[in-house]
Amino acid sequence: MLLQIKNLHASINGKEILRGVNLEVNKGEVHAIMGPNGTGKSTLASVIAGREVFDVTAGEIRYNGKDLQKLSIEDRAREGIFLGFQYPVEIPGVSITNFMRTAVNEIRKFKGLDPLPGGEFLRLMEEKKRLVEITSNLTNRSVNEGFSGGEKKKNEIFQMAMLEPMLAILDETDSGLDIDALRIVANGVNKLRRPDNAFVVITHYQRLLDYIIPDFVHVLFEGKIVKSGGKELALELEEKGYDWIKKEQG
Amino acid sequence: MQTNIKEPITLERFTGLYQKNRAFLMVNDTPMLAGKRDRAFEAFSTLGFPDTSMETWRLTNLDESFSRGYDYHLRPMEEVDIQKVFRCNIPHLDTAVIGQLNGWYVSKDVPLMELGNGIIMGSLAEARKKYPQLVEKYFGTMADDTSDGFTALNTAFVQDGVFIYVPDNVKSPKPVQLINVIHHEENLFLQSRNLILVGANAKLSLVHCDDSYNHQASFSNIVTEIHVGEHGVMDHYKLQNLNNNSTLISSVFFRLEASASLDSHYISLNGGLLRNNIWVLFNGPHGNANIYGIYLMDRKQHVDNQVFVDHAWPDCSSNETFKGILDEHARAIFNGHVLVRRDATKTDARQSNKNILLTDTARVNSKPFLEIYNDDVKCSHGSTTGQLDQESMFYLRQRGIGEETARMLLMFAFADEIVAKISIPQLRQRIEDMVKKRLQGELQICEQCVLHCSTPEHPVEFFIDMSKV
Repeated sequence: MLLQIKNLHASINGKEILRGVNLEVNKGEVHAIMGPNGTGKSTLASVIAGREVFDVTAGEIRYNGKDLQKLSIEDRAREGIFLGFQYPVEIPGVSITNFMRTAVNEIRKFKGLDPLPGGEFLRLMEEKKRLVEITSNLTNRSVNEGFSGGEKKKNEIFQMAMLEPMLAILDETDSGLDIDALRIVANGVNKLRRPDNAFVVITHYQRLLDYIIPDFVHVLFEGKIVKSGGKELALELEEKGYDWIKKEQG
Repeated sequence: MQTNIKEPITLERFTGLYQKNRAFLMVNDTPMLAGKRDRAFEAFSTLGFPDTSMETWRLTNLDESFSRGYDYHLRPMEEVDIQKVFRCNIPHLDTAVIGQLNGWYVSKDVPLMELGNGIIMGSLAEARKKYPQLVEKYFGTMADDTSDGFTALNTAFVQDGVFIYVPDNVKSPKPVQLINVIHHEENLFLQSRNLILVGANAKLSLVHCDDSYNHQASFSNIVTEIHVGEHGVMDHYKLQNLNNNSTLISSVFFRLEASASLDSHYISLNGGLLRNNIWVLFNGPHGNANIYGIYLMDRKQHVDNQVFVDHAWPDCSSNETFKGILDEHARAIFNGHVLVRRDATKTDARQSNKNILLTDTARVNSKPFLEIYNDDVKCSHGSTTGQLDQESMFYLRQRGIGEETARMLLMFAFADEIVAKISIPQLRQRIEDMVKKRLQGELQICEQCVLHCSTPEHPVEFFIDMSKV
């Protein structure tokens, strides 16, 4: 099992957001997490990635058999956890090339590998750029600075392709995308699917799941996963909205 | 008495010194310069040294710097052989180099270089002898002896410094590098005076470095006057890498004639107490001035940037962008004062100061200030002080970048906005390296400064290649 979350409780500034989440993800699977706004979807993603503003008050997260809470943010990333941000941060002055080279080489160092030679690195960049249909010369641009919403999301998938994570969590990667960008992002994900990695796709809408077909769909509501099913659950949610869940939960 | 040693800096010391040495100081003066000297001395006697009761000195207390004993030499120290002290080695930066040691112009065999294109550069003392009319026309016309005690003191005691003259319509083919090195076995007080004249439609890039050679205490009072003629272009760099026992009062007066353009870059990497007084006067319409600053301070270092821009004419634009990163107990002050006079319509003036504090004990006082007497202007100012952005830190670390590396990347990116404005590519590359080293705590003073290397083990020459200038 790649990821095992048991009875996870997490809070921010004393306010409890996650109230006992249980989730299991195996290699080769794609999980979708859906739910109304403000129910803890992004919090769950952040807590897995190790964001320090959240306090884990109970429960555990095991990843590849390791207790994630003992690992720093960067060590989780080096172990293969990738978070695609809902709102990618603009970092003026840090070029994408420099950013990715630093990231790739720090991960390689962690794995006991030598830094990637410059030429090889640049070839890798070109290859992965094609994967997400990035045609512009983004390499000299600062990370996300002045990017459109679509460019930022494509850039997230590009980074994911560069780092080849074991577990990718995509936090509302579809939000703010037009249909073309959505298709490109989804294609990128589909091309990166392998039997030895897994995806957790957080989305508010069913639309993305037309392109990225999930094996499992979970509904997160008020800090708990209240319903799980196959991909047909997403269609049901699309049709009925979230109100019936709310009613069911009373 | 030519020399006075190990005394603290007091008004009485310098008034006494002036009275005893007046005739000696005036040996090569034209009557006009002698008059200027006397008037400056009178002003200094009245003004004295600034103290914290003055608004622009409120946060910079010089008492400790003053109280150390310093030697002050009214003649170059004969015993120092510059050739044995340092070499200048800038492999890829092709510049004409002018060296100053302890405030004195060093290449005595070539006191003044007169190039085929009419450019003159070298010792101010020599220029005063050889081109008295040219010097008289400009010397002391930009610096204000009447309100600043340090400037008045500098004028009263002026002896040597650097003189550069770029005639009308001449574009200096390569940057000029002016290196001030302080090297002395005792604490040293020094003053030098630079006069830079850029003619109409002329161009000059000047890289002005202040460096220490050892850890001995020093107190420098340097005044530089820079005149840029109509449609002239000045690209100015002030690079400061001094030891922690050094006090530097650097006053630069820019006067820009109509349609003149100035880019000035203040890069403060090290220094005990650095005070940069920057005056910019628009002396005609359609001038443009960009003043950039970056300061990276730690320990108990203190940096104080005072920028005064006088929009005396219409249709001029000015932009001040200063950024700083402060660690440990460092202290930074930024005072930007833009004066828009009554007739200065269509003025475009911007001021910005941004700081990152890495500790609770580092401090910044920032005061961008606009004084506007005309309605038809565009002016803006802003100041921010904060920590490294936590969102950005999380983003970088989430990609596997370690915390320390992520901090470095963000600090460097912050500083790079200013470094990126350097228009000489080789210099930009080297300053980038220096900034990186500085942020990693690896930059030492002179010995490891990448701009010029000097070690007692490498006593190579201080070299000016005449064929190249």
